[in-house]
Amino acid sequence: MTWLIEPTLPEGWELVVGLEVHVELATATKLFCGCANQFGSEPNTNICPVCLGLPGSLPVINGTAVKYAMQLGRALQCEVGPSVMARKNYFYPDMPKDYQTTQYDQPTSFDGELMLADGFRVGVERAHIEEDTGKSTHVGGGGRINDAVHSLVDYNRAGVPLVEIVSHPCLDTIEHAKAYVSGLRDILLAIAVSDARMEEGSMRVDANVSVRPMGSEELRTRCELKNINSIRSMGRAIEYEALRQIDLYSNGESPRQETRHWDEAAGRSTPGRSKEDADDYRYFQEPDLVRLVPSAAEIATIDDAMPARPSARRTALRQLVPAASVSVDVIATLVDRGQDELAIAAIGEGADPEKVVTRLQHDLAVDDFSKITAGALADLIRMETTGELTATQVKQVLSEMVDTGGEPGPIAESRGFEAMPTDDLAGIVDQLIAEHPDEWTRFVGGDDGDRKKMQGFFTGEIMRSTRGQADGRAVAELLAQRSAG
Amino acid sequence: MSDRITRDEVIHVARLARLELAPDEVDAFTEQLARVLEHAADVESLEVDDVPPTSHPLPLVNVFRADEITPSIDRDEVLAQAPFAEDHMFRVPPVLGEEP
Repeated sequence: MTWLIEPTLPEGWELVVGLEVHVELATATKLFCGCANQFGSEPNTNICPVCLGLPGSLPVINGTAVKYAMQLGRALQCEVGPSVMARKNYFYPDMPKDYQTTQYDQPTSFDGELMLADGFRVGVERAHIEEDTGKSTHVGGGGRINDAVHSLVDYNRAGVPLVEIVSHPCLDTIEHAKAYVSGLRDILLAIAVSDARMEEGSMRVDANVSVRPMGSEELRTRCELKNINSIRSMGRAIEYEALRQIDLYSNGESPRQETRHWDEAAGRSTPGRSKEDADDYRYFQEPDLVRLVPSAAEIATIDDAMPARPSARRTALRQLVPAASVSVDVIATLVDRGQDELAIAAIGEGADPEKVVTRLQHDLAVDDFSKITAGALADLIRMETTGELTATQVKQVLSEMVDTGGEPGPIAESRGFEAMPTDDLAGIVDQLIAEHPDEWTRFVGGDDGDRKKMQGFFTGEIMRSTRGQADGRAVAELLAQRSAG
Repeated sequence: MSDRITRDEVIHVARLARLELAPDEVDAFTEQLARVLEHAADVESLEVDDVPPTSHPLPLVNVFRADEITPSIDRDEVLAQAPFAEDHMFRVPPVLGEEP
């Protein structure tokens, strides 16, 4: 029996998920006015006539926000072209103008993609600019919305610049949905356009979930899940919703298209309002804002300054390392930690690729490895490969390199690490064999299990008496030689 | 009565705008809106194939603001003009359902 960490749907069903991810841009000011874009200020201290929608106020768009949105679009391999702002009309108290300024039929970015570590491609339909809403708190009545006495509204967040990234409904597992959101977060941090903190709401995920019979191509009625506060919570919410829908179908019923509110503490979702149709939003072009028309030169400048995408970085490292010996996960881990550049450079200096990658994966799980140069790392790996240093010594030297940024040669010398001459080692091995005749008999004549156990025993003893300076491989060879006669 | 717009459509649009209309108002607005749409239909009948769609009369694009903080306005002054305020926030009637 195999236990899967990934929850699975009942046999015969598959998941169809599309994600809408709202990202707050890390600008100094709001999208259409000079109020501070700041999380955690005193309520209603970052407000002005523009973001309060007072009559006669006029918006002017924040050039930095537009630049960030275009950078994000290009990072997601979108087309970035001319766009216009539009009004989306609806009544809700957290939107003081009674419309949200957003983009509709001409978004800034469209037709992009994000490649996941396992090679799965997530299509990005569009990434458009819009403003955030204010924040309401429901007060009174024991927390139940029907008993609420009133709501309190803070407009500090109203008008904060957002990009909404809409994926195609192509995510087929919870694992892929999670990998997509964490991949987006990595990109946002890499290009530094958002701090992407789900817990502070600067990155928010709504999940459109439906299910269908396995192998079918149809898109069935979907429900939109809101109030998801973490990647883990998203996984739970999607799972709950998929099982709820399968249950309905199994009873001959169908889900209703609706927005549902995820309750993390209760582990379930409850229905919200039925969505207004797009027609009901009466979108029209925003007359107070002019078209955004990026030049080819601007886009080229953005592309030139773009750090390599994680998918491209994984491919670059992958190509240097034998596929059979190093797994996809190890490559992804090094890219996540930002150690791929160091690994590639050390390999370029002639160090053994597999050893470099393995050593970094196991022994460099640290936040700050900036003092280590590629040349020093390559030297260290070379000393390991030639047997000049034992595995234990390499770890110790590497750890000191992290702290001091020193060269491996001098560090090894200062610690008295020298490859023990094979003659000295042979002497120690022979002495130990003489001191432990019973163990030696079990090593020579025992079954495989005994042999392994005793090899461990002798190696451990030798390491202890040489204070870790013996080379493990040389010890193994000596033991094999002696037992062969 | 024109067939440009129905009473039901007027009632629907009024609901979206959170307006409560008396039956005679529905009749009056149906007729007035029909006249507006009639006028739009007149404009629609013009030959404009050669005219590019225009959202703004001014030949301007890319008007940007620098990302620099300017002073916000006084909270107490704003809240004093709201119908209700509490804890430095705007107090509004309870909101049913989720935000869109």
